[in-house]
Amino acid sequence: MSATGEPVLTVADLSVRIAGLHILQGVSFTVAPTGVTVLLGRNGVGKTTTLRAIVGLTPRNGEVRGTVRMGAQTLLARPTHRLVRDGLGYVPEDRCVFAGLTVAENLRLAERRGTTPAYDRVFALFPELDRRGRQRAGSLSGGQQQMLAIGRVLLNDNRLLLVDEPTKGLAPKVVTEVAEVLERVAESVPVLLVEQNLAVVRRLARDAVVLSAGRVAWHGNAHELLLETALTKSLLGVGPEVRA
Amino acid sequence: MNTVVLLALTGLGLAALYFLVASGLSLVFGLADVLNFAHGLFLGVGAYATWWAAGNLPGAGAEGLGFVLAVAFGVAAGTLVAVLVELVLIRPLYSRTIEQVLVTVGLSLAGVALLQATWGADARPFPRPEWTRRVTGILGAQVPNGGLLLIGAAVLVLGGLLAFLHWTRYGLIIRAGVENREMVTALGIDVRKAFTLVFAIGGAAAALAGALGGVYLGTVSPGQGGSLLIFAFIVVVIGGMGSVVGSAYAAVAVGLLQQFVNYYGASGVGDLCVVALLAVVLLLRPQGIAGKVAHA
Repeated sequence: MSATGEPVLTVADLSVRIAGLHILQGVSFTVAPTGVTVLLGRNGVGKTTTLRAIVGLTPRNGEVRGTVRMGAQTLLARPTHRLVRDGLGYVPEDRCVFAGLTVAENLRLAERRGTTPAYDRVFALFPELDRRGRQRAGSLSGGQQQMLAIGRVLLNDNRLLLVDEPTKGLAPKVVTEVAEVLERVAESVPVLLVEQNLAVVRRLARDAVVLSAGRVAWHGNAHELLLETALTKSLLGVGPEVRA
Repeated sequence: MNTVVLLALTGLGLAALYFLVASGLSLVFGLADVLNFAHGLFLGVGAYATWWAAGNLPGAGAEGLGFVLAVAFGVAAGTLVAVLVELVLIRPLYSRTIEQVLVTVGLSLAGVALLQATWGADARPFPRPEWTRRVTGILGAQVPNGGLLLIGAAVLVLGGLLAFLHWTRYGLIIRAGVENREMVTALGIDVRKAFTLVFAIGGAAAALAGALGGVYLGTVSPGQGGSLLIFAFIVVVIGGMGSVVGSAYAAVAVGLLQQFVNYYGASGVGDLCVVALLAVVLLLRPQGIAGKVAHA
C-alpha cells in the first residue's frame, strides 16, 4: 500500500457464494485512508459482488465468509442501514436513483437523523441538482442521475465511499465531469472505486486491486500497473492505452 | 337516467369498499413484496370489533358519537392485529415467499374459524345509525346513505394517504421503497419500520372497510373479509402494485363494471367481466395502471 497510515478498510479472506456459485474465493486487500483505491478486473470477476458484500447487500441466497473491518469496526453481519449510518457511503452501479421521486426528494431521503445535511457541499459540486430540485429523477439524463447518486452520499459525512462504475454508459464529456468530482471528493474522504475506464483510473487511483476469477491477482500502485502494458492486458483484457 | 345514477353511485360505493381493502394490500405488496392473504382478516376483525363495541363498550353505541367510537375501536383493533401479524409472523419470513403465502393463507382460515367459534357462522345484524338505513335523492335516484358514507370515507382515506405519502418522511420512504427497497436501506434507513407502518395503515383501512361495509350491507359474518379480498386482489393487480392512486382508479373501474353488467346483463356476469378485465390488463400492461415496472 502506498499511502501512509492505518487502512480505512481491511478485507480479509472474503468469500461469497451465491446460489451455489463461488463468486469470491478468499479475497484480501486494504483501502488506504486517503485517495482512491480502484478495484479492477474483467467483467464478472466479482468487483460489484465485493462492494455489495462489504455494504451488506449480498442476496439472501448468498453466503458470505471472511472479515471486513472499517477501522476497528467489524462490518459483516451488521445490517446495511447501520453500516451506512456509521459512515459507509455507497453509490451503486446503474445509479439507482428513485425515478418517481423528484431530485429534492431523492436528496431529502438521504438525510440522516441527528446530522445537518451538507446541501452546500452537494450544490457546490452539482449546481444542476439545485436548479432541477422539482424535476423527477427518472427524467434526468444519465450523467445527471449519476450526479444525483453521488450527491446523495455527499449529503452526509462519510468515513469511506464505495463507488461502483460511476462512468458506465456516460458520454465522454460527462465522464470527465464525474472524474473531476470524484477527484475533489477523494481529497476529503477515501474512495473504493470500481471502474472499467482506464483513463479515469489513471487520473484518480493511487492504489489498485485487480480481481481475477474471484481472487486478488494483483495489489499495488495503480500507476505502476498501468505502466506494465503486458500485465495490464493479461489482467484486464485491455491495454493501458485505452482511453474514454 | 335514475337507474344509471343509482347504478353509478352504488357501483362507486362498492368501489369505495374495494379501495379501502386494496389500498393497504397494494402498499404492503409494493413495499414489502408480501402477498398478504390474511388481509381479509383485518377487515373481519374491524367489523366484529365495531359490532362488539357498539353493544358492550361504555360510551359506544349504534348512533351518533357512540357509533363513531365503536368504529374507532374497530379500526384500532384491526390496526393492532395487522401490526402483530407483521411483527410476529411476517417479519421472520421476509424474502421467503412460499412460507409467507402459507402462513397468511393459514392465518386467514384460522381467523375465520376463530370468529365462527366465538360468534357463530351466521350473519349477525350490524348496529348502524338510523340515517344510514335511509336513502338520499340524487338526480332522481334513491341512493342508500350507507353507500354514500362509504364513498365519503374512501375519498377521505385516499386524500389522507396521498397527503401522508407526499408530505411526510415515512411517506417518502414508502414511495422510495416501492421503487427500490434495497437502495432505501443503502441510504441508511431501516426499512423494516416502514414495513410495520404499511401493515398498520393497511390494517386500519381494511378494518374501516369492515365497519362501514357492515353499515352498508347491514350484517356482519365471518367470511365477509375473504370474499371481498378476491376482488381487492384484482383491484391491486389492475391498479398496479404499490400505487394508491392506481388502486383508486381500478376500484372505480371494477365497482362500476360489476354493477352495470350485473344489472344490464345477468347476475354474476359482472364478476366474469371483472376477471376478463384483469386478463386484458395483464396482457397489455402487466405492471397495472400505475404500478412499478418489474425489473429482471
